[in-house]
Amino acid sequence: MILFRLSHGLVAALVLLTTGVAQGDDRRPPRSGLEFVAPGLRQLQEDEFANPGMLWVMRGNQLWREPAGAANKSCADCHGKEAPENAGAAAGYPRFDAARGRPVNLESRINLCRTEEMRAPPLAYESEPLLALTAYFRHAARSQSMVADDSGAMTAVVARGRQVFEQRRGAFDLACRHCHELNVGKSLREERISEGQSNGFPTYRVSWQTLVSLHRRFQACDTAVSAEPLALGHDDYVALEAYLARRGTGLAIETPAVRR
Amino acid sequence: MTTVRIRVPSTVKQGELFEIRTLIQHPMESGQRVDDNGRPVPRKILRRFVCTYNGVEVIAADWHPAVASNPYLAFFARAGESGSIEFAWTDDDGTLTRETATIQVT
Ligand code: HEC
Ligand code: HEC
Repeated sequence: MILFRLSHGLVAALVLLTTGVAQGDDRRPPRSGLEFVAPGLRQLQEDEFANPGMLWVMRGNQLWREPAGAANKSCADCHGKEAPENAGAAAGYPRFDAARGRPVNLESRINLCRTEEMRAPPLAYESEPLLALTAYFRHAARSQSMVADDSGAMTAVVARGRQVFEQRRGAFDLACRHCHELNVGKSLREERISEGQSNGFPTYRVSWQTLVSLHRRFQACDTAVSAEPLALGHDDYVALEAYLARRGTGLAIETPAVRR
Repeated sequence: MTTVRIRVPSTVKQGELFEIRTLIQHPMESGQRVDDNGRPVPRKILRRFVCTYNGVEVIAADWHPAVASNPYLAFFARAGESGSIEFAWTDDDGTLTRETATIQVT
């Protein structure tokens, strides 16, 4: 895996930049990461044909129709032949699953259908078929606004996510917000720091030459500050995901986005 | 399983230039990288791409290890007669991936 790590010099500069900066303003409308990328990447993302992430969307479309598991059912059998009939739902994950008493993101929702509705083995997180199905479903909700469920049992999950977002971590002792709220627009390693929004995930990363899930992006950011990354699908990553959905409410879904 | 995307206009006017766009999922592993355990990752690239239009070659390309993964290629052809456009990518191990598009010339 190719990951970026910070140098001490860079971090010293960041820490200087963060001292004395006012609290992030919650009322500003969120800005998509697309606004921060180089023009070439923007063009690639917006080119519906050349966008390499579309290869996963296409693969997802094939998987959608393939029967699997002991029930010999395909996703299409229950959710729509041509396209997901409930595509809009993809814009509103994570959700609280009352029956299981926990929040589920889109990846785990898809796996619940695999194990319980299709009686098929779950797909590994970050495996090609799970990325493909997730991207297919999110792409079907493209241009719809992100919505967040932060009522009822989700209130505590979103609050936990915010806590994680603001918690300093790693050898560099930086929280997500130090970069994605207090240093938005500054350059770091040939990239401009964005607000760290989730509206384009799963995202194609040109430097990794593959589609990546939101949780894998979290791992990369954790590694960048020399913090121990959490497991993909970890409760705190799901909570972060819920907080980012709240924070990014109103942004249009752009899956598959293209990033460096 | 290889995913391929092809875009060819469904109809074109006789004699007109039209664009053909292709995108194929492939790691294009250069053979020069090492894995997390320091072992070299074996080379695996698409080494040849050929496109023919009603049997006549439009473009043929030899690819090398420096080509990025998931290669995208766009090029032009001139509309002759209606028929089929064939695409073929050959992998290092000899695996052939084929795709066909049809075109209507008016
Ligand atoms: C046998 C029928 C069946 C099959 C097959 C099935 N699902 Fe589902 N799926 C359901 C049901 C029922 C629900 C609603 C569960 C609930 O609301 O508790 C659901 C819910 C979902 C949701 C959440 C939708 C929402 O409104 O929040 C997603 C996403 C989803 N399924 C994706 C898939 C995918 C992808 C596949 C194929 C891998 C699949 N499902 C296969 C029955 C099925
Ligand atoms: C040292 C600075 C730094 C810290 C700390 C950091 N990130 Fe990032 N993050 C980046 C950079 C640089 C990028 C790539 C450029 C961009 O999109 O902002 C990025 C990208 C992202 C993206 C992708 C945005 C997009 O539009 O594709 C998300 C989401 C994200 N970070 C979330 C987080 C979360 C959550 C945390 C805390 C666990 C975190 N980041 C901590 C620097 C940081």
